[in-house]
Amino acid sequence: MDGIDLDIRPGERVLLLGPSGAGKSTLLSALAGVLGGADEGEQHGELTIDGREPDPAHGRVGLVLQDPESQVIMARVGDDVAFGCENLGIEREEIWHRVGEALDAVGLDLALDRSTAALSGGQKQRLALAGVLAMRPGLLLLDEPTANLDPDGVLEVRDSVSRVLEATGATLVVVEHRVDVWLPVVDRVIVLSPEGGVIADGDPDAVLVDHGETLAASGVWVPGREAWSPERFARPGEALLTADSLSVGRAGTVVRSEIDLELREGVATALSGANGSGKTTLALTLAGLLPSVAGEVAASDALRAGIGPHPYRWKSRDLLTRIGMVFQEPEHQFLASTVRSELEVGPKAQRLPEPEVRDRVDQLLQRLRLEHLAEANPFTLSGGEKRRLSVATALATRPRLLVLDEPTFGQDARTWREQVALLAELLDEGSAVLFATHDRVFVEALADQEVSL
Amino acid sequence: MTAFARVNPVAKLAAALLLAACLVLTIDPVSAATALLLTGIALPFIGPGWRTFWARTWPVWVAAPLTGLTILLYGQASGTVYVEFLAVRISDGSIELAVATTLRVLAIGLPAVVLFSSVDPTDLADGLAQVWRLPNRFVLGALAGLRLVGLFIDDWRYLELARRARGVGDTGRIRRIPGQVFALLVLSIRRGTKLATAMEARAFGGAHRTWARESRFGAAEWLVVASGALVGAAAIVAAVVTGEWNFIAG
Repeated sequence: MDGIDLDIRPGERVLLLGPSGAGKSTLLSALAGVLGGADEGEQHGELTIDGREPDPAHGRVGLVLQDPESQVIMARVGDDVAFGCENLGIEREEIWHRVGEALDAVGLDLALDRSTAALSGGQKQRLALAGVLAMRPGLLLLDEPTANLDPDGVLEVRDSVSRVLEATGATLVVVEHRVDVWLPVVDRVIVLSPEGGVIADGDPDAVLVDHGETLAASGVWVPGREAWSPERFARPGEALLTADSLSVGRAGTVVRSEIDLELREGVATALSGANGSGKTTLALTLAGLLPSVAGEVAASDALRAGIGPHPYRWKSRDLLTRIGMVFQEPEHQFLASTVRSELEVGPKAQRLPEPEVRDRVDQLLQRLRLEHLAEANPFTLSGGEKRRLSVATALATRPRLLVLDEPTFGQDARTWREQVALLAELLDEGSAVLFATHDRVFVEALADQEVSL
Repeated sequence: MTAFARVNPVAKLAAALLLAACLVLTIDPVSAATALLLTGIALPFIGPGWRTFWARTWPVWVAAPLTGLTILLYGQASGTVYVEFLAVRISDGSIELAVATTLRVLAIGLPAVVLFSSVDPTDLADGLAQVWRLPNRFVLGALAGLRLVGLFIDDWRYLELARRARGVGDTGRIRRIPGQVFALLVLSIRRGTKLATAMEARAFGGAHRTWARESRFGAAEWLVVASGALVGAAAIVAAVVTGEWNFIAG
């Protein structure tokens, strides 16, 4: 990030846009005063808030981050909201007064001693917002606060922010790929360039019209541009996997029961439903990774190819060519120290001959634009690259059924489109695809059938 | 919540430590039995219901006789030897030592578990920081970190499932552990860093901090600490009076 000249006036509501790597999060961290000292990086120029250097101890700035899990600090709702006030050295009586006010402001009607672990993602984000509000900041900084939430959670948080701004007149700077969510709230859009500096700055509508194309190309969800669904050619083929009055759960606790579905070649199936409705558990059960609690998951003769009918009883190696699983968190499935060897894991476990392994890996590297990263460590890739690699690892053994858990969570528009295109290609080649998702646009772009939990 | 559950956790911690300190000074059946008896009398006042009591303390009931058994078979022999087989020697001395050890594990373990079964980590942290004046950066950091443990357990479960999905889950479960630990480490450092940023952004680590919850240390707390000390003292007195006092370093 370099060469940024900005002047944000009190009460302005700014949406900060730009491609991945343009330094949006870095700018927010700098504004919040949590960027670290000179030993952690270089800094030129000047950044002031109310004419002073940013410092969290002033309590002028409140920052809410993307991941709900990593923002809950204390075990009880009231304590969590009080945490910032305590750190600012505010008197006890005043703290509890503010805690009540902040919880009201974000619309969280919860007992103060309620456990924070039991809250939904949307509630956790509103709790983080309340914790920040209790500090009475003049500037609210939100770093993709709704990227990890289901559609209801997104609106909950957006509406809370908008109410709070009305009530307090605080200044807002929000970073978010999904422009349509925040458009009703903001009155200024600033676009950062990856090369440094500011590309555009001004009225939201004007900026989006003038720079819509550039923004869309760089991964921003420009309203009106996302509706895109790939052409598909394949017809439904043979049935591969059926679930018959299936109950799924973990450690004997039933999360969802009476599920019937059939997965066919060339057919994309969407599992939808709110957080906690059992989408992931069902996906893992169908993928042969969790045992069913009751009922049955049965593979057809076509999928079994000579082994037993129940995927959960298959050997790990037998899953490779039959069912591939892409986890929500790509890091959970990385095993190797380079991208190339990561892709070789499956084909080698399958005991394919060396030249065949090399061919497949080369093809995948090229197809998923990972060639230049072949020798990089998977853990060091960017979010979009990690996602592509995790899909590629499953594709390397050419499974006939591919199961994906929240494949579009927190993805920018560009990675999203690539993913849709890739899955459409797989479907055309005759694979079956099943995905658990919150993403309505994704469902509409790709799904042939939908199971709502 | 019972009156005892509301007692400041640092008082319970102090009571358990004092009692344990008295009981590790000597190895004899009398002191441990005395302490156990007194704890048993106090139990209805402090305790959870019987069902909870057994559910919480069963590991102690299992561990104590096992420890005793080991001492019985391999403990220092003296007096009449009853059984001798390879390294096993059961004698008057080892029997007495075994009984004393079993009682001692119970006498230290049971009160500790009972005292701590009603402790909430948040209250303990408040007590450690406000009453014992431990550095709040350290105490609150540990408290916030504790919340991440549940997430690590989930991570580990997913790492296991992912190994199966990747085709390498059939063999080498033990061999895969270092790799999984590394992945968990990376994930936990990332989570920890985010949590630290969230805390810093809420002005954590500033010079002057107030406390939204007051951690009180009053009469009830002193009573609990004194009771712990009294039980310990009574046990020592009983051992000395009966001539069973067997100083550990002697």
